[in-house]
Amino acid sequence: MAVLLLAEVDNGELNLDATAKAVTAVKPLGDVHVLCAGAKAAAAGETAATIDGVAKVLVAEDAQYGHRLAEPTAKLLVDLAGDYDHIAAPATTDAKNILPRAAALLDVMILTDVSGVIDADTFERPIYAGNAVQTVKSRDSKKVLSIRTSTFDAAGTGNSAPVETVTPAEAPGLSEWVEDHVAESDRPDLTSAGIVVSGGRGVGSEEDFKLIENLADKLGAAIGASRAAVDSGYAPNDWQVGQTGKVVAPDLYIACGISGAIQHLAGMKDSKVIVAINKDEEAPIFQVADYGLVADLFDAIPELNEKL
Amino acid sequence: MKVLVPVKRVIDYNVKVRVKGDGSGVDLANVKMSMNPFDEIACEAAIRMKESGAVEEVIAVSIGVKQAQETLRTALAMGCDRAILIVATDDVHTDIEPLAVAKLLKAVVDAEEPGLVICGKQAIDNDMNATGQMLSALLGWSQATFASKIDIDGDHATVKREVDGGMQSIKVKMPAVISVDLRLNEPRYASLPNIMKAKKKPLDEKTPEDYGVDVSPRLEVVKTAEPPERDAGIIVKSVDELLDKLKNEAGVI
Ligand SMILES: Cc1cc2nc3c(=O)[nH]c(=O)nc-3n(C[C@H](O)[C@H](O)[C@H](O)COP(=O)(O)OP(=O)(O)OC[C@H]3O[C@@H](n4cnc5c(N)ncnc54)[C@H](O)[C@@H]3O)c2cc1C
Ligand SMILES: Nc1ncnc2c1ncn2[C@@H]1O[C@H](COP(=O)(O)O)[C@@H](O)[C@H]1O
Repeated sequence: MAVLLLAEVDNGELNLDATAKAVTAVKPLGDVHVLCAGAKAAAAGETAATIDGVAKVLVAEDAQYGHRLAEPTAKLLVDLAGDYDHIAAPATTDAKNILPRAAALLDVMILTDVSGVIDADTFERPIYAGNAVQTVKSRDSKKVLSIRTSTFDAAGTGNSAPVETVTPAEAPGLSEWVEDHVAESDRPDLTSAGIVVSGGRGVGSEEDFKLIENLADKLGAAIGASRAAVDSGYAPNDWQVGQTGKVVAPDLYIACGISGAIQHLAGMKDSKVIVAINKDEEAPIFQVADYGLVADLFDAIPELNEKL
Repeated sequence: MKVLVPVKRVIDYNVKVRVKGDGSGVDLANVKMSMNPFDEIACEAAIRMKESGAVEEVIAVSIGVKQAQETLRTALAMGCDRAILIVATDDVHTDIEPLAVAKLLKAVVDAEEPGLVICGKQAIDNDMNATGQMLSALLGWSQATFASKIDIDGDHATVKREVDGGMQSIKVKMPAVISVDLRLNEPRYASLPNIMKAKKKPLDEKTPEDYGVDVSPRLEVVKTAEPPERDAGIIVKSVDELLDKLKNEAGVI
């Protein structure tokens, strides 16, 4: 049977990277039908149809799907579930919000943050902040899973899958959107960037985070942060990398003034090359770093910036 | 209004996790256990609502082994009024799945009729991030996940949520299930007098059978393994050496 893949649609636009990575993950499970739901979703559907390996695109346009509130989108998934053995989505905050609700309505367990697909019933997922990897076999009739995108390569594009529209379900009317507080930025997206420069508590202040931003801009990189940096107000919450933030696996991750707590490592230790700049040579971050520089970041980062 | 706060007993977040040699799971025998950090934040939120007069009673619920009594005593010492322990297993290595936990919590909600459930966004052991959403579904209630600000106003709550792009505010109908994120508040430490007082607060013990809920797992754990190790790196002496390595050895810039 086929796989229903809920695409990440934000403001009418497809998150191509996250969706294409999820396509790669679920492709071995059967024909992939991508569902684009939104107040506007037709354009996202057109883009989804170009992803290699997609057999069909379903577009559900209705005001109730506009801000990815959990209740209406979960209901839509349940209405469509009859034709599918697997229901999946990239593990974004939207999917984390929606999928468990859909799973409970279907009376099945959820598999979150799947990092490996073994067969139709068997999956790998990290537990304990990535300190262990569990292989689990589901006994449920349907499998609902979110995909850890950082472990899969994005499927290519060039396809032209057929697009169908689906009739919206009746709106549950339990919650309404009030506003988004989203910072616009020209920088690459944290979860898909090739290079990430991250700052921690060692950066010391919101003003000094400019150092991190300058280095990131020089490298064309995205910016990350530790929880301590976010909690201290140096960086916004959506920059947090870690067990309870974003999971990234860029080609190059540069950790500046970050000690390397397991909760932080959970979000970046699959990066291809890790650089750590820390003035404490005992900092645990050096245990995962390919290149460690024991230095004061206030000396090292400006020098780096200058010599790049 | 009553508020229900589900709290989970988990490995302390400072403990180094060890995978058992036979691949059957993570070693939890003789390991320091604590309340799931997000659940401390949930307790704090509920207790503050009580202190502000918006809530009459805060009930903490835990599902798992008998030792979760300690976790509930911590919740009571923080300021919860009473506690319910549902003993669902006698093996510390058995994790009750979010779907079963949600079913048990639904049964408790049916019995206690709270106007709000505040839970953690994620248990730091199984990292599921699912129970609150599942409970909300089973109840047919509204849900607000990853909350970093909660304002209750009569029959609605306005919740600011931490999402991938930044923040989102939504307005949900009460009753609701709200799951909390890290920056909602700073949980208090229980004072010694409150720890003593907590010993006298009511703690009911139940079983899944009392609620007619089947907790048998849907997922079979085939094996648990260590994550792949990274090769040891090197310490470079200078920014110049770092740049040279990144350009010529790693080829990433
Ligand atoms: C439930 C839970 C979830 C969590 N989730 C996350 C998560 O998702 N992401 C996350 O990051 N953390 C998370 N944490 C927090 C984590 O445990 C650590 O507290 C946090 O990662 C520490 O951040 P830090 O390394 O920036 O700060 P610190 O540990 O304080 O380290 C600062 C480092 O900066 C160095 N330094 C200071 N000054 C300089 C200087 N001038 N030059 C160079 N180096 C300098 C110091 O030597 C030190 O190593 C979580 C914790 C809990 C309990
Ligand atoms: N066994 C349990 N007992 C009580 N509460 C739980 C239990 N499991 C999960 N929860 C609650 O659900 C939240 C999310 O857990 P999870 O879905 O397992 O990541 C936790 O922060 C708790 O508030």
